Amino acid sequence: MSLIELKSLIKTYRMGDIDVHALQGVDMNIEKGEFVAITGASGSGKSTMLNILGCLDLPSEGEYILEGIQVGGLNKRELADIRNQKIGFVFQGFNLLSRTSALENVELPLLYDRAGRIKDPAKKAVEALTRVGLADRLHHEPNKLSGGEQQRVAIARALINEPSIILADEPTGNLDTVTSMEVIGIFKELNAQGITIILVTHEPDIALQAKRTIELRDGRIIHDHLVSS
Amino acid sequence: MKWKSLFKVAFKSIMKNRMRSFLTMLGIIIGVASVIALISVGKGTQSDISGKIQSLGTNLLIVVPGSSGFGGVNRGAGSFNTLTMTDADKLEKNATLLINVSPVVRASGQVIAGRNNWFTSVQGVSPSFPDIRTWPVERGGFFTDRDEKSLAKVAVLGATVADTLFPGQDAVGARIRIRDVPFTVIGVLSKKGQNMMGSDQDDIVLAPATTVLYRLSDGKYINSIMVSAVSEGQIPQAEDEITSILRGSHHLAGSEDNDFSIRSQTEINDMATSVTKMMTLLLTSVAGVSLLVGGIGIMNIMLVSVTERTREIGIRLAIGAREADVLIQFLVEAGTISLMGGLLGILLGLVTASVLGRIISTSIVIDPVTMTISFLFSGIIGIFFGFYPAKKAAALNPIEALHYE
Repeated sequence: MSLIELKSLIKTYRMGDIDVHALQGVDMNIEKGEFVAITGASGSGKSTMLNILGCLDLPSEGEYILEGIQVGGLNKRELADIRNQKIGFVFQGFNLLSRTSALENVELPLLYDRAGRIKDPAKKAVEALTRVGLADRLHHEPNKLSGGEQQRVAIARALINEPSIILADEPTGNLDTVTSMEVIGIFKELNAQGITIILVTHEPDIALQAKRTIELRDGRIIHDHLVSS
Repeated sequence: MKWKSLFKVAFKSIMKNRMRSFLTMLGIIIGVASVIALISVGKGTQSDISGKIQSLGTNLLIVVPGSSGFGGVNRGAGSFNTLTMTDADKLEKNATLLINVSPVVRASGQVIAGRNNWFTSVQGVSPSFPDIRTWPVERGGFFTDRDEKSLAKVAVLGATVADTLFPGQDAVGARIRIRDVPFTVIGVLSKKGQNMMGSDQDDIVLAPATTVLYRLSDGKYINSIMVSAVSEGQIPQAEDEITSILRGSHHLAGSEDNDFSIRSQTEINDMATSVTKMMTLLLTSVAGVSLLVGGIGIMNIMLVSVTERTREIGIRLAIGAREADVLIQFLVEAGTISLMGGLLGILLGLVTASVLGRIISTSIVIDPVTMTISFLFSGIIGIFFGFYPAKKAAALNPIEALHYE
């Protein structure tokens, strides 16, 4: 069983009077432990893909199976729980809570952890921040951190629930080249530890850091190949 | 989501915008403060009044002679002497719903003690008088049934009279003259203060009813009879019993009107109660209006807050908050604002009450029930008016919320 299976996935949504065909039949499998970059020009459907993979949105047609679960049939509550338990998000704009310390930001997903898998949130948060190299920034608020540091806090937040996948949406979009590479380095390290990572980017050199690239155009996959290292 | 962290988050967000949160609370603060202040003062006034009513005596009834008419001119209650010592004796012996009966014979005159003298009223009463009026003797004793039978010339002084005639001395045992009749002071009453009309109740000399009747009055009629009923609930029955005994005693035929009337504290009490009721109604509407305004203020600010924090809501939804989590978070925030408002309102209300109480010199009754109700009610207001904004926050689409600028 693959970690993620997409079967002739279609997403159509209405914008005003026009139907936008964002995804027009996508088939794709992602296995545990992969590091996949989804690329494509703007309007290619990669954001829609990310939203569906992240269980923020549901497909119009086709199937999305995440660890054996048919996501299409879930209600909002179940989707929220899946996001909490199985998915860690990293966004382009970091999306940290302002005036809230790094530690509290990282603990945030545990607030909604109904399964209660993690017993000691504070300890776990410190561990996660240590993993991304921010052990000395625990009590800093986002506005006291550099962009790279903020993105690392966001990665720590994505890690804390021990998710099945980390979904990163243009994680380097707001960062300079050096910092971008640092952040990619962290993803690589995490992937080396066995964590599945899917990142969406329009920057080819960032995509090439992944082990596999999938290119979308007009809502269809046009390339899907492994990166030779 | 755990309650502790819910309140922490709510409190944090309130403290981020202190001034705005305070202004939001202001409506609730004013509403609650006005309720607390006015109820404290209102209850204080009420207890002052009922204290004064109580100081007349417990379950007190006063029988006064009826009105007399002559040539079509009605001369008003008490203008005609009909009550005698016999009436008082009959009530004492035959009534079952009365505990104590005391005739009252009024006289007045110059009271002389050594070089001091004082014009005051002298009342002839029975030994049960201190019980009827709940007015204990402070020093010395009160006269007994034997004193009453023997027309003993003994007197008990009110505090004012004792202080005037015997400044700085103990009056007990001293000799005084009332309208040239010599009396021995056997006791001094405790201080009772002013009555409801503002006259000094301690400006009085008490003596056995018989002594006053035969030595200082006409020897025939008494002015009134004070009785206490066995219980407050049985006052109406006691009145009926008095009526039938006295009608028998006065040999009134069935068609004849009573030649006496009975007064009770119920009338005064009723008046006090209706004033209080009016005031409560007024207070409730003031409170209602200001709490409504306060609630709308909360709703307004919560709507602004939801818009401002769209991105935060998006983040929370993305990392796994359910709609219910977001709803509860905003409800708790609205509830916390209004509860804080309620708490500040209670404090402000207590301060206002004590200042008001000092200005209009009444006592203040601090009622924990009122405070609890106001506090809880302010919380309910917050949750009620916070519901719409919270619902709006919970219904946000996470994708749109995450990209909201």
